Amino acid sequence: MRATFVAEEVGAGLRRNLTMTLAVIITVAVSLGLFGASLLVRAQVDTMKDFWYDKVEVSIFLCGENSDVPSCAGGTVTRAQRDQIESDLESLRPLVDEIYYESKEEAFERFKEQFANSPIVENVSADALPESFRVKLTDPEKYDVVASAFAGRPGVEQVNDQRAILDRFFRLLGGLQAIALAIAIAMLVVTVLLIVNTMRVAAFSRRRETGIMRLVGASNFYIQLPFLLEAAIAAGIGAIFAIGTLIFTKMFLIDQVLAPSFQFTAFVGWESVFTIAPIMLLTGIGLAGLAAFFTLRKYLRV
Amino acid sequence: MILFNSVSKLYTSQERPAVDNISMEIEKGEFVFLVGPSGSGKSTCLRLVLREERPTSGSIWVAGKDLGRLSNWKIPQLRRQIGTVFQDFRLLPTKSVRENIAFALEVIGKPKSHIKKVVPEVLEVVGLEGKEDRRPDELSGGEQQRVAIARAFVNRPTILIADEPTGNLDPATSVGIMKLLDRINKLGTTVVMSTHDSAIVDQMRRRVIELENGHLVRDQTRGVYGYVR
Repeated sequence: MRATFVAEEVGAGLRRNLTMTLAVIITVAVSLGLFGASLLVRAQVDTMKDFWYDKVEVSIFLCGENSDVPSCAGGTVTRAQRDQIESDLESLRPLVDEIYYESKEEAFERFKEQFANSPIVENVSADALPESFRVKLTDPEKYDVVASAFAGRPGVEQVNDQRAILDRFFRLLGGLQAIALAIAIAMLVVTVLLIVNTMRVAAFSRRRETGIMRLVGASNFYIQLPFLLEAAIAAGIGAIFAIGTLIFTKMFLIDQVLAPSFQFTAFVGWESVFTIAPIMLLTGIGLAGLAAFFTLRKYLRV
Repeated sequence: MILFNSVSKLYTSQERPAVDNISMEIEKGEFVFLVGPSGSGKSTCLRLVLREERPTSGSIWVAGKDLGRLSNWKIPQLRRQIGTVFQDFRLLPTKSVRENIAFALEVIGKPKSHIKKVVPEVLEVVGLEGKEDRRPDELSGGEQQRVAIARAFVNRPTILIADEPTGNLDPATSVGIMKLLDRINKLGTTVVMSTHDSAIVDQMRRRVIELENGHLVRDQTRGVYGYVR
C-alpha cells in the first residue's frame, strides 16, 4: 500500500470533480444539518419532559361562591366534603405522592406573585379564587385514576391536569421534529443519489486509469480506495459544516437567545450535542461510503 | 503455460459462438502468432486468458492455475503475471514516459525504491533512454508502443499478450516493435500476439495458430500467415 500515491489520486480526483464535490458537500451539510436538528429537538423534548413531569400536579379545585357547575349546586364546599376528599386522596397512596392543600389566601398570594406587575391584581380579592388540593403523582400517566375518582363529586368544581397542557405542547414539538426528520431523510436520499451519480462520473472520467490498473493487476481495493476516500472526505467536510451549525445553534440560539428569554424551562445541554455530533458524522460518512461502494462495484468490476 | 481444453465462448447477444471448442497448449518461452480475420475469435481468446471473460464451457489453465476455479479476488495476482499490449497503446496522456511505467508498479503497491531501480532498466530494454520525461503526445507511434511494452514488461511477467501491437504502425516501425518483442521473448517471457500483418508473420517464422469463425483451423510450428487464398 502506497499511502502517498493514494493521497495524490484522491486529491487529483477531488479537484478534477470540483463542482460535483461541492454539490456533495453542500447536500450532505444540509441533510445532516436537518437530521441533527431533528435529533436536537427530540433531545429538547426529552429534557423538557424530564424537567416538567417532575413538577406537574393535578389540581382539584373546590367549589366556591360563584361556581356554577352542577357538582357545585350545594354552594361552597363544606368542611366535611373537604376532609372526605383529603382522606380519599390519602387512600390513593402510593399513586399519590404529595398532597398539598391550598387555601383561598395562599392562592391569592400566588396569584399576586404571578401577576405582580399587572393591574388585574387590584380587581381580585382572595374570595374570588378557589381553594384547591394540589396533588403530585408518582406516575404522571395515571392521571385518569384521580380524575375519575374526583371529577363531578359534590364540592369539586374541576379536576385539572397540567400534564394535558404540556402534552399538547410536546406533541407540537414532536410534530415539528417529525417534519424535520422527514425532510432530513428525503435530503439524505437525494444525497445518496447525488453521490451515486458523482461516483459514476468519476469512474467514467478515470476509466483509462482504472482500465490500466485492472490490466496490470491492481487489486479491487486499490482501484476503489481513492473513489471511496473521495466520497468519504466530501461527506466528512459536509458533516463538519453541519456539526458546526449544530454547535453554533447550541452556543448562540439556545444558550444566549432562548435560554435567557424562557427561564422557566430547561434546554438541551452540551452532552446532547456531543452525542448527536458523532451520529451525524458517522451517518454522513457511512452513507457516502456505502453509496460509493455499491456504485463502484457496478462500474469498476474486475 | 497456457492451456485451452475444449473451450467455447458464447456471448449472450450472439447466436454463433465467438470461440468454438478450441483446444491448444502454449509452452513456456514460446512465441505464438494468433492469426485470422476480424471476428474470428482472436481477441476473445486473449480476453479469456486474462480472465476478462469466462468460457461458456471447457477449462483454461494459465501459469499453472485453473481459471474456472480462480476466485475473483485472486484475479489481480493472475494479471500481475501477464503483461498486456494493445493496438491503441493505452497510455495516460497527462503522465510522462517514466510516470506511465511507474504507474503500473505503484498501483500494485511496489515500493518507491524498487520503482526507481527498475524503470530505467526497462527503458533501456525498450530503447527509450533519454525520453523518460516526454509525454505520450510528444512521441511517435512506435515510441508510444515501446512505452506500452515497457509498462507491460516492467513487472517481468511470465506471459506477454499483444493484441495487434503493430496495427497502428507503419511497416518499418513494426519491424522495430517485432524485434523488441522477440528480445523480450528471448529473455524468457512467453509471447502471444494476435495480428493481421502477414509480412511480419512470414518473416518471423514462429508458431502460428489460425482461427476462423471461432474454430481453430491451423496450428503450425514455424508457420506463415496463410496459404495462398
